[in-house]
Amino acid sequence: MVDQSAVGRRFSPVTAHVEAGRLRYFLDTLGETNPVYRDAAAAKAEGFAAPPIPPTYLFCLEMLDNEKPFEFLTALEIDLGRVLHGEQSFTYHAPVMVGDTLTFSPQVTSVTDKKGGAMTLIGVATTVTNQHGVHVADTTRTIVVRNG
Amino acid sequence: MTGTMDITTSPAVGDRIVHKRFPAINRHRLALYCGASGDHNPIHVDIDFAKASGFPDVFTHGMLVMGYLGQALSDAVAPGRIRSFSTRFAAITQLGAEITCEGQIAELIEAGGERRARLALTARDQTGEIKLAGEAIVALS
Repeated sequence: MVDQSAVGRRFSPVTAHVEAGRLRYFLDTLGETNPVYRDAAAAKAEGFAAPPIPPTYLFCLEMLDNEKPFEFLTALEIDLGRVLHGEQSFTYHAPVMVGDTLTFSPQVTSVTDKKGGAMTLIGVATTVTNQHGVHVADTTRTIVVRNG
Repeated sequence: MTGTMDITTSPAVGDRIVHKRFPAINRHRLALYCGASGDHNPIHVDIDFAKASGFPDVFTHGMLVMGYLGQALSDAVAPGRIRSFSTRFAAITQLGAEITCEGQIAELIEAGGERRARLALTARDQTGEIKLAGEAIVALS
């Protein structure tokens, strides 16, 4: 079971590229047709130098280019089949657009036992910076581990 | 000319500004999302793995449903106006779920030197069960 010693632990930063083709595949999968995410002219009309990413795509980028996408689960000896996603948040500080290269730096922020130890909630916070060193976003997620 | 409707004229608490319904989620969608998102957890695509983990079948990535909610949100609010977006995953979303996303203005606030609205957001399935409950902070000006 994960204990408090995990709090503060950092994992390998991930460098991810915002690629137009891969983004289109994501948009098609969700049936997203808003031209702002696909078309340079539509993006420009809304003040973006290139098509921006949709609101949840940061979560995907962190996994798509990650050599070890489940690193923190294996490092903390958590079985993939026992995890559920509990909460997810994104705070956006600056635009992320096609062509950007992002660096994700995740850290465990909390470990909380629930229901007499039947579940453990693990909080992970990730800062996201772009190729210019601009802090573009913060994300947090809560992973629910079923211990039973 | 943009593809985005926008909340610009006299928004008020209680205004329902987000509403979108999505087609039933099938296995093919989960397989596509697995590749599109980089989330290769087999629990969403491999029924043998799901059963071995104690579930009757594969189930939807919570982030696919949050992706739908994000789409409904950015239909109503231009992406450049979205300051934050968060959800709690209240229940597992099963295969076949037809997700409807809703959002209304819960509060008008001043923050970061701009007028903002806090939107209360939900994603429900066809039975009305809340799958995701969340909020977004958006800039009004």
